[in-house]
Amino acid sequence: MAHKIRVTINGTVHEADVEARLLLVHLLREVLNLTGTHIGCDTTNCGACTVLMDGRPVKSCTIFAVQADGRTLMTVEGLAKDGQLHPIQEGFHEKHGLQCGFCTPGMMITSCALLARNPNPSEEDIRWAISGNLCRCTGYVNIVEAVKYAAEKLRSQPAAAGGRS
Amino acid sequence: MIPAGFEYLSPKTIAEAVGLLKTHGPEAKPLAGGHSLVPLMKLRLAAPRYLIDLNRIQGLAYVREADGALRIGAMTRHGDLETSDVIHNRYPLLADAARVIADPLVRNMGTVGGSLAHADPAGDWGAAMLAARASVVATGPRGERVIAIDDFVVDTFQSALEADEILTEVRVPQPAARSSGAYLKLERKVGDFAIAAVGVQVTLDGGGKCEQVGIGLCNVGATSLRAKRAETRLRGKAPDDTAIAEASKAASEECDPVSDLRGPADYKRDIVRVLTARALKRALQRARG
Repeated sequence: MAHKIRVTINGTVHEADVEARLLLVHLLREVLNLTGTHIGCDTTNCGACTVLMDGRPVKSCTIFAVQADGRTLMTVEGLAKDGQLHPIQEGFHEKHGLQCGFCTPGMMITSCALLARNPNPSEEDIRWAISGNLCRCTGYVNIVEAVKYAAEKLRSQPAAAGGRS
Repeated sequence: MIPAGFEYLSPKTIAEAVGLLKTHGPEAKPLAGGHSLVPLMKLRLAAPRYLIDLNRIQGLAYVREADGALRIGAMTRHGDLETSDVIHNRYPLLADAARVIADPLVRNMGTVGGSLAHADPAGDWGAAMLAARASVVATGPRGERVIAIDDFVVDTFQSALEADEILTEVRVPQPAARSSGAYLKLERKVGDFAIAAVGVQVTLDGGGKCEQVGIGLCNVGATSLRAKRAETRLRGKAPDDTAIAEASKAASEECDPVSDLRGPADYKRDIVRVLTARALKRALQRARG
């Protein structure tokens, strides 16, 4: 049986008829063509599929699309506005926070949620927050630097704090 | 990975959910945070015909103290306990456990009730709640019943819940004077299950002796385990280094780990000994303020 769902993603309302077993990440990637959210391990381990659901970072490979009915999501596509990179994207660029880039969307979404909650995180806070997001390239050092960069930038322009959605 | 097809039902009240469980019997499965169930469904190790989503029921997520107990709504996310002031200030055992469950993303979905009802011997709440001497409230067509955690944990992946019951609340006794707790976990990496973990809750009497002690062990047996002999070694005694060493040795002897990817059984036993001693020391230090 198909379920009619209505989800707000990056500020836009989307409606879809979904089978109950459709995973949220498949709704995003295959139905709505929002392919910035990645499928890494597909086993709830790696965090590549992280999206914000009602402001909290969650693994979209472990949630059914029908569970998101009526909720508000943000994906990596919601970060940049009017051609301007979000400070977290700028941070990953400036501090070389990625190599292959596969984990990056999830890393940035998780980091945004951290910065919305804690605008001035310590290195330990950052490492704690991203501990559910795996990176196999960087060794994390530059990712932590990227988040620090974004934190500083966001503090200097408080109106843009957290995820601008 | 795509789960087998199922029918999704989203009741708005506990009574409605219980009614659906009663109607569909063992073909139905309640969905809480889903971070154990959904992976099992994706692997097709679980294929319920009806999935009853509890996430649309209002009023099942709360943390409050009332009538001598801390009451945790079954749909409270691990992450909500991690950031709860009352947990942080008054229940260090639970605060310690909350921050080492899986990873931060999983903790934003996974629930206390779902974890306990799943009855995975590797679940951290089982060991923590044994140490805390918690009880759970099961709600079914015949109303509510309160089950002591020792009776709730039946076997691997098997709790005392009937097929038409839902775990609705967890109750933890409020801390007595001169009491505290700790939870220590050794894991290969964040997000993995424990190699072994130990929860401890102690209450000292006016003379500094162990008036009450609870010790729960995680992932070193077919279920979450109470270290009964270790508790007996301490109860009524001054918890000095000798008593702690004896109790820790007892815990390592009474657990029943298996050799697997996380290490050989004798190694895990020794980890239980070390973690029990450290958790006891930390809990005692906190209890003495």
